[in-house]
Amino acid sequence: MTEEKPLDFTREITSRLGGETITHCYQCGTCASTCPVARTTERYNPRQLIRLALLGQRDEVLKGDTIWLCASCYNCQERCPQKVEVADVIYALRNMAIREGNVPAIYMEFATGLMSEGRLAPISKFLEKKRTEYGLPPLKPANVEALKIILAATGFDKIMFKKEGASP
Amino acid sequence: MTSYALFLGCTIPARQPHYELAARKALTKLGIELVDLEGATCCAPPPIQSIDLETSLAIAAYNICLAEEADLNILTLCTGCFESLTIANRLLKENRELREKINKILSNAGKEFKGTKEVKHYLQVLMDDVGVNHLKQNVVKPLNNLNVAAFSGCHLLRPSELLRFDDPERPRIFDTLIEVLGAKSIPYKNKLRCCGGLLRGYADDIALAIARDKIVNAYNAGADCISTLCPFCFLTLDLGQMLIKTTYKEEYNLPIIHYAELLSLSIGVEPKELALDFHKIKVDKVLEKIG
Ligand code: SF4
Ligand code: SF4
Repeated sequence: MTEEKPLDFTREITSRLGGETITHCYQCGTCASTCPVARTTERYNPRQLIRLALLGQRDEVLKGDTIWLCASCYNCQERCPQKVEVADVIYALRNMAIREGNVPAIYMEFATGLMSEGRLAPISKFLEKKRTEYGLPPLKPANVEALKIILAATGFDKIMFKKEGASP
Repeated sequence: MTSYALFLGCTIPARQPHYELAARKALTKLGIELVDLEGATCCAPPPIQSIDLETSLAIAAYNICLAEEADLNILTLCTGCFESLTIANRLLKENRELREKINKILSNAGKEFKGTKEVKHYLQVLMDDVGVNHLKQNVVKPLNNLNVAAFSGCHLLRPSELLRFDDPERPRIFDTLIEVLGAKSIPYKNKLRCCGGLLRGYADDIALAIARDKIVNAYNAGADCISTLCPFCFLTLDLGQMLIKTTYKEEYNLPIIHYAELLSLSIGVEPKELALDFHKIKVDKVLEKIG
């Protein structure tokens, strides 16, 4: 039944790590008034994002670019009178969006760096040389093997690198 | 001598050796021994949390396990690392169900999170282990009333419920540590507001607009420099001024200096011992004022 849809989506969010508190929102707008992004661009408003999610607008929330415009500064979360963990809710929404194939290019880059080097910013030959010049110790390599085991155990590798054409 | 496992993270050692160099010199000089952890990985900061929160907790917990095995508390420089590791450490210590879930994942890699160690940002180490008085006694070159716009970055303070670093609305620790060095921590508009750094690479125009606000507000308040703790804030504000120049045709030339560099200079490390050439906005004006 169609009227079950908003609830289904809400339940999906609240059952995810980070999404638990979304239903406490009473739409006061404190988050938006304290949000550095909302104050800079009309493209983003956390109160509206939460509203859309609570209304069950699944596609609009998970397929659009709005969820990626949060700067994760936690201002909203700090000040929400209802203790909605807004920034964490947005992480939960992003986690869901990624699983549905909404993966911005920059996030694919981060994931690739993590999987291959164990770091998001691989070190260059130039920097290695500079480190020696400054008398800094050589950078110890990350334990990529252990990391890969962890990423396989959580399914991270499959979330990010599923085969072309595979269903979400 | 107090020892810590130094958790460097990704960005500082690979992109900002000036931060690492200054921090190592200053902390060692102040009697803190830094031990480099074998095999440490990325801390799983917001970009990875955005992909999968559970994976991020597992990665952070893995790194905490390394410190537990070495029987050392963790010291972080980057506020992003501080946030990721502190959140994981607190959540897993305080939530048994979650700890069991993450430990099940970690067991595949032969690790178990026990919850026996602390994660500290180096400002806490300066407050708790070095102490303000001892630090003051070590200041041989006071910073001569340099007007410093303190900018801690978001993730030193928020989410305060888990980070528990300082009062999130009226923090004092960073300002205190600046003033101990003989500088002035000046008030400026929207001091606690984000630099927009995490939007770089996705929405560069918005990120730059937010960074510009930060620069303008500090500049208008008469800052000689902005002092940072986070490598992303540094990049966003230092390199950012180059981008502001081309995009907005505005030039501020406001030096961005990591606190560890100010600290080093004040306790007698010579400028030539630091890697100040890594700053896009030159810091000469600051060095002149310090004398
Ligand atoms: S501040 Fe909290 S309650 Fe108010 S609109 Fe934002 S999330 Fe909802
Ligand atoms: S965490 Fe995101 S939504 Fe909340 S105030 Fe910061 S940028 Fe805005």
